[in-house]
Amino acid sequence: MTITTAQDSERGQSAAPVPAINTKDLRKTYKSARGDVEAVRGIDLDVPAGEFFGLLGPNGAGKSTTIGMLTTLVRPTGGAAMVAGHDVVRDPVGVKRRIGVVTQNNTLDMQLTVAENLEFRSRFFGLSAREASRRAAQLIDAFGLGDRRKAMASDLSGGQARRLLIARALVHKPDVLFLDEPTAALDPQTRVNLWNILRVLHEQGQTVLLTTHYMEEAEELCDRVAVVDHGRVLAEGTVGELKENAGAVTIVTVRFEEQIQADFPERAGVTAMPGVTSAEISGDQLKVFSREPEGLLGELVALGAREGLHVRDAATQAPSLETVFLTLTGREYRE
Amino acid sequence: MATTVTRPGGPGGPGGPGQGPGGGAGADIGAGADELTAASIAALVSDAPTPRPTLAKTFWAMMTREFRVLRRNAISTFTRSVMQPLLFVFVFAFVLPKIGGGMSVAGGGGGGGTNFATILVPGLMASMLLMQGIFGTTMPLVMEFSWQRTIEDRALAPVPIRMLAVQKILAGSIQSFIGACIVFPIVLFVHAAGQAPHVNVTNWALLLVILVFGATMTSSLGLLLGTLMDPRKMQMLFAVILLPITMLGCVYYPWSALHTIRWLQIVTLINPMVYMAEGLRAVLTPSLGHMPLWAVFLALIGGTVLFGYLGTRTFRNRVVN
Repeated sequence: MTITTAQDSERGQSAAPVPAINTKDLRKTYKSARGDVEAVRGIDLDVPAGEFFGLLGPNGAGKSTTIGMLTTLVRPTGGAAMVAGHDVVRDPVGVKRRIGVVTQNNTLDMQLTVAENLEFRSRFFGLSAREASRRAAQLIDAFGLGDRRKAMASDLSGGQARRLLIARALVHKPDVLFLDEPTAALDPQTRVNLWNILRVLHEQGQTVLLTTHYMEEAEELCDRVAVVDHGRVLAEGTVGELKENAGAVTIVTVRFEEQIQADFPERAGVTAMPGVTSAEISGDQLKVFSREPEGLLGELVALGAREGLHVRDAATQAPSLETVFLTLTGREYRE
Repeated sequence: MATTVTRPGGPGGPGGPGQGPGGGAGADIGAGADELTAASIAALVSDAPTPRPTLAKTFWAMMTREFRVLRRNAISTFTRSVMQPLLFVFVFAFVLPKIGGGMSVAGGGGGGGTNFATILVPGLMASMLLMQGIFGTTMPLVMEFSWQRTIEDRALAPVPIRMLAVQKILAGSIQSFIGACIVFPIVLFVHAAGQAPHVNVTNWALLLVILVFGATMTSSLGLLLGTLMDPRKMQMLFAVILLPITMLGCVYYPWSALHTIRWLQIVTLINPMVYMAEGLRAVLTPSLGHMPLWAVFLALIGGTVLFGYLGTRTFRNRVVN
């Protein structure tokens, strides 16, 4: 897929294919007196136009730093990044002309009203006062902010502010829309409604890069996902591909009435079962990772009974982004 | 298209005022019963106007935004600012002369004593330039750089970050200039009978130039301070910077009168306020001793360039991590 830059359109030339986002070995190291912190350690991304791409990872994984570099607000310390055909270091103004950004924090202009936030952002992008006013009215209606039009941005609730942030990012028809944790701290209903808005935008061909630490958000919205942790991409692909190829496994958890001995998995032959990749003991809990989960739960219960263990409860977790993350990192997903 | 988006609740709903902007959201998006069709959201993409940003258009739009905010806050901003010079001239040019405590200062170049109101006019105008220049630039920056980093709103506009810094300086300069113009009639006309300041403007163009350079220098200093200071230590701004600059800035006495305290006269030369006060003294009350204008302009232009360079540099480093 390709995108045509506004400049190309204005010139009426046939546009050369330009990926929406392309990074090569992108790096960021923060220097401080207490030592350097490698926030991003060489990320390669290739996002074609029209794609809804997700960066999934826990807090501190390097997602926001990556989005910061792509939106020109964080200076890379290595590698290269192009957004809509513009180099983020050499041509930050060119990048900013073609992107819309919904920041993680509420960066609305608190000195302005809802309508003014949209009008002035439109004017920053070259619209006349009349065009800006018309665009603001359109955005206010579409995002259901009509009754808050004259409210100061500082008086909006979190959900309203989030909608206004998204509306503001769309004033100038950006080639790429960046969303940094857009639903963080929102209640479930508000989150689902924002997802619907984002789905519609995507259906209209809007390229979106979303960072999130919500597994279900990435599964719901993204065409492709990169799982990020400690500043590196651990795996990349569609959710289906990740589940299939990234070693995602079913996790069977059995909790017994009694404490389990540490050598139980080996002694009872759990780790030798077909498809089992590993097993963990934590107090009274046995967690088994398997690619062939059929009948596993019954076998574990039977093995436990042979050792004199009585089952309290059990659960099976099918392959998901969460299990992908667990498989890739060997750690519980931390939000 | 099947997707629908729920319309938010009415004005009295959970989205009303009083909820923190960055806090946990209420269920306001889905509170209403009726629904928006996806078509209105879709139209946002299909009907979007083609952006035609230029540096000049964006810069002007940012300035227009500053004027809007300044107009909205004008009464509170300038009322607060005018109180200090108003009270000062009221006490020193009206109350004290009335109760027999009138002051006079021997100017370095003048022969006899000069009433205090004459000393105060240029001094308080310079003080106003500084206060408004600092407050018009530093305070908004401190808020914009606080944890929510609302500075990113403007930083994502399609202009270089240095141009955004210059826009901040210009906006602060305008506020500073307006402040000085407002305070001029106050310090001119508030006084007791017989205590009128002896102001004689022989060159209005020169006065304008000094005000413009003074305003630009103070807002450049404001940019530097706003990008260097830790928001949690803002009280230090008053105690460590503004108070010494004002008290030792030849606001209440001419620089030439300090010749009796030679070391202090030399030390005050590092104070930018001295040059604004002395420059205004040269054009408003030329009969009083004052610094030569070449020294004033050298300091004002040099200060503007120095603070402007350092301020835009630190600004860029704060905005782009």
